[in-house]
Amino acid sequence: MKKPPLLSVNQLKTHFYLDKNRVAKAVDGVSFTVSPGETVAIVGESGSGKSITALSIMQLIEKPGKVVEGSIHLHDKEISNLPSKQMTKLRGNEIAMIFQEPMTALNPVFTIGNQIVEMLRKHRKMEKKQAKIEAINLLKTVGISRAEEVVNEYPHQLSGGMRQRAMIAMAISCNPKLLIADEPTTALDVTIQAQILDLMVEMKEKFNMALLLITHDLGVVSEYADRIIVMYGGQVVEEAKAKELLRTTEHPYTKGLLESLPNLKEDVDRLGTIKGTVPPAYDLPSGCRFYDRCPFAMEKCKQTNPPLYQINDNHTVRCYLHEKEDIK
Amino acid sequence: MTRLVQKKAKENTLLDVHHIKKYFPIKGGILKRTVAHLKAVDDISFSVYKGETLGIVGESGSGKSTLGRVILRLLDPTEGEIYFNGDEISKLKQRQVRPYRRDMQMVFQDPFGSLNSKMSVAELIEEPLLVQTNLSKKDRKEKAVAIMEHVGLRAGDRLKYPHEFSGGQRQRISIARALIINPQLVICDEPVSALDVSIQAQVLNLMKDLQDELSLTYIFIAHDLSVVKHISDRIAVMYLGRIVEIAPKKALYENALHPYTQGLLASIPIIDIEDNKQEREKIRITGDLPSPVNPPTGCPFRTRCPLVHDRCSVERPELKRPENDEHLVACHLYT
Repeated sequence: MKKPPLLSVNQLKTHFYLDKNRVAKAVDGVSFTVSPGETVAIVGESGSGKSITALSIMQLIEKPGKVVEGSIHLHDKEISNLPSKQMTKLRGNEIAMIFQEPMTALNPVFTIGNQIVEMLRKHRKMEKKQAKIEAINLLKTVGISRAEEVVNEYPHQLSGGMRQRAMIAMAISCNPKLLIADEPTTALDVTIQAQILDLMVEMKEKFNMALLLITHDLGVVSEYADRIIVMYGGQVVEEAKAKELLRTTEHPYTKGLLESLPNLKEDVDRLGTIKGTVPPAYDLPSGCRFYDRCPFAMEKCKQTNPPLYQINDNHTVRCYLHEKEDIK
Repeated sequence: MTRLVQKKAKENTLLDVHHIKKYFPIKGGILKRTVAHLKAVDDISFSVYKGETLGIVGESGSGKSTLGRVILRLLDPTEGEIYFNGDEISKLKQRQVRPYRRDMQMVFQDPFGSLNSKMSVAELIEEPLLVQTNLSKKDRKEKAVAIMEHVGLRAGDRLKYPHEFSGGQRQRISIARALIINPQLVICDEPVSALDVSIQAQVLNLMKDLQDELSLTYIFIAHDLSVVKHISDRIAVMYLGRIVEIAPKKALYENALHPYTQGLLASIPIIDIEDNKQEREKIRITGDLPSPVNPPTGCPFRTRCPLVHDRCSVERPELKRPENDEHLVACHLYT
């Protein structure tokens, strides 16, 4: 029996009204689910809409952007239209988010301790003293050995890896059901990245969270995700179980991405490339959004954007090449 | 590169770096006296042979970018010698260095910050000719158009400004600008790390093609080991201002000797389509990079090394050859 999803996003559209004539369709009809305890990765290049999807879930879209359509359910509750007060309660308690650059997400004028204590007092209604003890415990949980000192230090006194650990401590402080991580290790060195990713997996298991990992790095995804969603031009173009997607890649874009990665095991003289660049979100082609760059483009692809075809129980792909395999 | 080619290459040394140090003074107190030094590059020696690509990898703070800038004399070395085609250039005045800059060019990481936004593409690409040659306006234009087409830019875009181009196109402009005066050595400082993977592949392929066509020598500085492996013939691994291991790429990736190199390689997430997620043995480097102002005594890596022993804190390991002529490592495990 399949568990009911924890998060389910349905036909989400987030558009940015740039000026009178231009609307950037950053997220344009995205649907997916995250089950309890699952790690789902959204992969895409810059401009694919992956971060905007995450921010839309958290209701953190600012003008001129707007969620124009779609629903977001957490358990069975619709959260896309929650008033801001209730949403504030939900953020942190139910869903927490960590960002790429912890230096911009942390407040530079307050100590790390202050910022965690604030969370605990607000969301868990703790006493000040008790909250500080808990803050130190949390910092220890995320592997900061000098927790008693770090709690009184300011963000700039910590290294990038330590800052991201502190962010994770804040994120798990209210025991959320879902942790959204937007490029959590992109700003970090590779040895530190490995430490932080291992920590996230450890925390996920310890606190029984689901993880929505947003990244451009297919290597990270293949090691940590259960399921992969590939986004391009504001839409999902392929989705499957992680191993299946990497083994039997179907969408020409996903194939292109994988071929363009330098490989540590084999030596190749030339890397595979995808010609051209990502189309801007305010000027998307009317047909398939990958049409201009696709080596298999057909006349049909120019005319209309293909729907997502279900090619087996857990693999969908948005490409006319797989029209006949649709089992729906 | 085969061994024979490499032997030959040794006779064709283009760049020789001897015991280079770059210390940045840290000023303190009311009198702004020097209270300490940040040892960004701490006693580094290596050679670069004509036509090869030497990759330099390291994490942030390892001193790899400073090293690149010192070689180009954008920064003055604190100590040491730099021989370019046999000429010692480390002590020359800036005016005297200028002729050598014709042969040594640099491509920077950030194609947004390194191109003057008020100059058109034509002006940007022709600028090195203006500084270094006496070519006429017509000749400059001709050369610029040729190089633009060579790196995959449309000559029709000559009069556009950098902001009208994507990141990948902008990096092509930087490359055109570096190559227009036919340099011998190009130092590339993280040239693809700001780009998306599909664009990164385009630029890496272009750089390889240009190297073959124009017989260029590259020093390729990056933090991404898989990118460095793809483009390099030999690789030097830096840690806290020192080279800890240097070897031909095959030897380095198949038989890494230094514990830091081993840990670095194990940290890279690899696309693994088999179901053995748990089985792959992980060597994790713990902790953070120590401060280069106050580096550990003895071996710089000893505070994070899983194989540390007594000798490491007392004696600094030198780069030596436990394997063969081409594979050098600075670690007491091999002496």
